[in-house]
Amino acid sequence: MTRSFRPDLRWSPDLRWSDVTPKHLFLSRRALLTGAAALAAGPALARIQAAASAYSTDETPNTLEDITSYNNFYEFGTGKGDPAAYSGDFVADPWAITIDGMVDRPGSYDLADVLKDQPLEERIYRLRCVEAWSMVIPWIGFQLSGLLDRVGVQAGAKYVAFETVVRPEQMPGQGSRFIDWPYREGLRLDEAMNPLTILATGLYGEALPNPNGAPIRLVVPWKYGFKSIKSIVRITLTDRMPPTTWNMLQPQEYGFYANVNPEVDHPRWSQASERRIGTGFFAARVDTQKFNGYGEHVAQMYAGQDLAVDY
Amino acid sequence: MGPVLDRLSRQARRLPSWVVYGAGVLPVAWLVWLVLSGGLGPDPAKVMERSLGEWALRFLLASLAITPLRQWGLNLLKFRRALGLLAFFYAALHLTVWVWPDMGLRWAQISADLIKRPYILLGMAGFLCLLPLALTSSNAAIRAMGAPRWRRLHRLAYPALALAVVHFVLLSRVWTVELLIYAALAVGLLALRVPIPGLQTARRRI
Repeated sequence: MTRSFRPDLRWSPDLRWSDVTPKHLFLSRRALLTGAAALAAGPALARIQAAASAYSTDETPNTLEDITSYNNFYEFGTGKGDPAAYSGDFVADPWAITIDGMVDRPGSYDLADVLKDQPLEERIYRLRCVEAWSMVIPWIGFQLSGLLDRVGVQAGAKYVAFETVVRPEQMPGQGSRFIDWPYREGLRLDEAMNPLTILATGLYGEALPNPNGAPIRLVVPWKYGFKSIKSIVRITLTDRMPPTTWNMLQPQEYGFYANVNPEVDHPRWSQASERRIGTGFFAARVDTQKFNGYGEHVAQMYAGQDLAVDY
Repeated sequence: MGPVLDRLSRQARRLPSWVVYGAGVLPVAWLVWLVLSGGLGPDPAKVMERSLGEWALRFLLASLAITPLRQWGLNLLKFRRALGLLAFFYAALHLTVWVWPDMGLRWAQISADLIKRPYILLGMAGFLCLLPLALTSSNAAIRAMGAPRWRRLHRLAYPALALAVVHFVLLSRVWTVELLIYAALAVGLLALRVPIPGLQTARRRI
């Protein structure tokens, strides 16, 4: 019997992927696949390489445990711990995204194809939930604009619509009928093309965990968290403002724009301040910033709009 | 059915009420332990606040279930005061956790929310309904007030329950199964108090 020597699969807890791969190297499709295989063999080997970004905050990120155990992902249940508890059987590989509508190259793209040639960056963003809590998360992802440029947005397209996968057999929360599945979200095209808007495929150097929307999700840091749709299977370019899940459920409470804004309260609770999760029993309550502190990059998109009306 | 309920009632009477008080503080003891051991997750104050509020609601429901149960033959009247005081105890802790660890003693925002937020207003009103009930939950208070006045005052438990449930519904983003169960129990227990014309009122007192 011959024993094949596979250094990439050898389990060695003190050896990290970063020890053998130059840090600045972007992840090619091949490296991603190898990385995925190594992830299966042992997470310690599977550091996804991503470039640092000037858009990152220097605030201290929440721990991986905080980020993966405190989630609103109603597909797995309404409790904050439900996604961690019930997403174990969710299958994020293989994965494909249907890109359709007003694009030059519509079709079903498998995940590796979606990622092809997109430079991965680490983006450490604040995430502000509409429920008045926040976290700091070191996402790994690429700009949505890169993907949209690649598929070719046709003239006349004004909005981007997104849909989450529907798999009641793997997502027990979808057994509940109060939401008209699939979960839907949308952005105006200029919002989608903003350099802050990313599709995230990882965090903390690892593939995106199931509770956070594996394998690929939207991150729009100046909007309330519910806009950052998870486990995306469809991206549609359209000339009409698409229906979005929370807006469909309670239109007076959740608008299409959903920009973080301490001056515009949720009808039932204040948005003036937020609790920073993970800082203990007496967690710091901090003032909420307009556009979640990203105003210098995004405020100009809303010039002339009354944000109390377009909430 | 009757003999069984009679026997249960007799057995329950032998149980000292401090057992109910003792069992009633176990949830908060457990919560404090979880906070200290990090078992409440990344946002312990919110989980604790929520849990304390739910326990207040549960004890309030239990205290208001005593009379209907008695009409059906199960007499647990001896424990009603303990259940009511526990409801107040948990409501007070719930309020404390909201003001302090949750709101971080930001008094300006707390007072603004008290005026502007219906769910906070209703929750606070519910708490204020319970306050005089807790203060008069002693034999001495009943003697001093006289039973009829005491009984009238303690009808505040009904609005307290209604306010607590509406408070809970308003702060939730969606209807969950547990929310529906609490609401159904509250509606049921309050409906039993609605005077039905022609029925003897003495049988339908508190």
